[in-house]
Amino acid sequence: MSETETIHAHQFDDTEQQHEASWLGMWVFLATEVMFFGGMFMGYATYRSAYPLAFASASNHLDIWLGTINTAVLICSSFTMALAVRSAQLGGRRQIVVFLLLTILLGTLFLGIKFTEYYFKFEEHLVPGSAFSYEASLARPAEIFFSFYFAMTGMHAVHMIIGIGLLATLAVKASRGRFSADYHTPVELVGLYWHFVDIVWIFLFPLLYLVGRHL
Amino acid sequence: MSPKHVLSIWLYASVFVALVALTLITTGVAFIDLGGDLNSVVALVIAVAKALLVILFFMHARTSSRLTWVFIGAGFFWLAIMMALTFSDFLTRGRG
Repeated sequence: MSETETIHAHQFDDTEQQHEASWLGMWVFLATEVMFFGGMFMGYATYRSAYPLAFASASNHLDIWLGTINTAVLICSSFTMALAVRSAQLGGRRQIVVFLLLTILLGTLFLGIKFTEYYFKFEEHLVPGSAFSYEASLARPAEIFFSFYFAMTGMHAVHMIIGIGLLATLAVKASRGRFSADYHTPVELVGLYWHFVDIVWIFLFPLLYLVGRHL
Repeated sequence: MSPKHVLSIWLYASVFVALVALTLITTGVAFIDLGGDLNSVVALVIAVAKALLVILFFMHARTSSRLTWVFIGAGFFWLAIMMALTFSDFLTRGRG
């Protein structure tokens, strides 16, 4: 017990209250993240309603199977993250590390598939900019679709990279026995963050990959 | 914190299986032409269902305090205001 941080900071009555404050603080941060990504989703929806044909056409240039596989990979990583938090609640030191490493592995696999998709888009001249080439009648709005595609999946990928960094830090701390059944708040909070990033993808996948297949 | 908040491994596994199943369903439905708007509606309903599963079980919202629910709800409430005001403009243009 003495090796773990069970003593609460002086401004809190007890560790329970300290935990609740951290928990709520994380949800406030996630609410700001909802607004951050929400702005991009709203921009996407607005332009899609203005150019439905071009957005459907451009959407069909995304690989639906790579998108589906990546969604499944990310869901697997959320599952292993949930199990890492559960192990932390039960005070299992080695299991936390194993599940955190699995989560890192799956997160990295997701990014690998994502960047492979980016590579194909560069090859196909579908990256907005001077090299962008598309059927002339739809070129301008299709370029807008791909701008949203790269901005939204790119910001999502940045969140994934930050998340993997946080997970790696947690794995090192967990292997040193810094967490216990009494104190594992950081594992829970990074878990919330990781699941949030999963939810963002849960909406990005249908909006970017699926809804364009039928008008 | 307390043991009562530790959910069973089978619950997590069930949620995981449901999420993967919904992912396969949403991809499958995308290949069926439901007549335009309905395709988008189905895709978004499935996405909302998946998000709810993640929030309620993986993020422990179901076993969290009422105050946590207020915090979670506030984020989506303000998102709804932003969307409603914006779409009330853009989606109704050129209909007057």
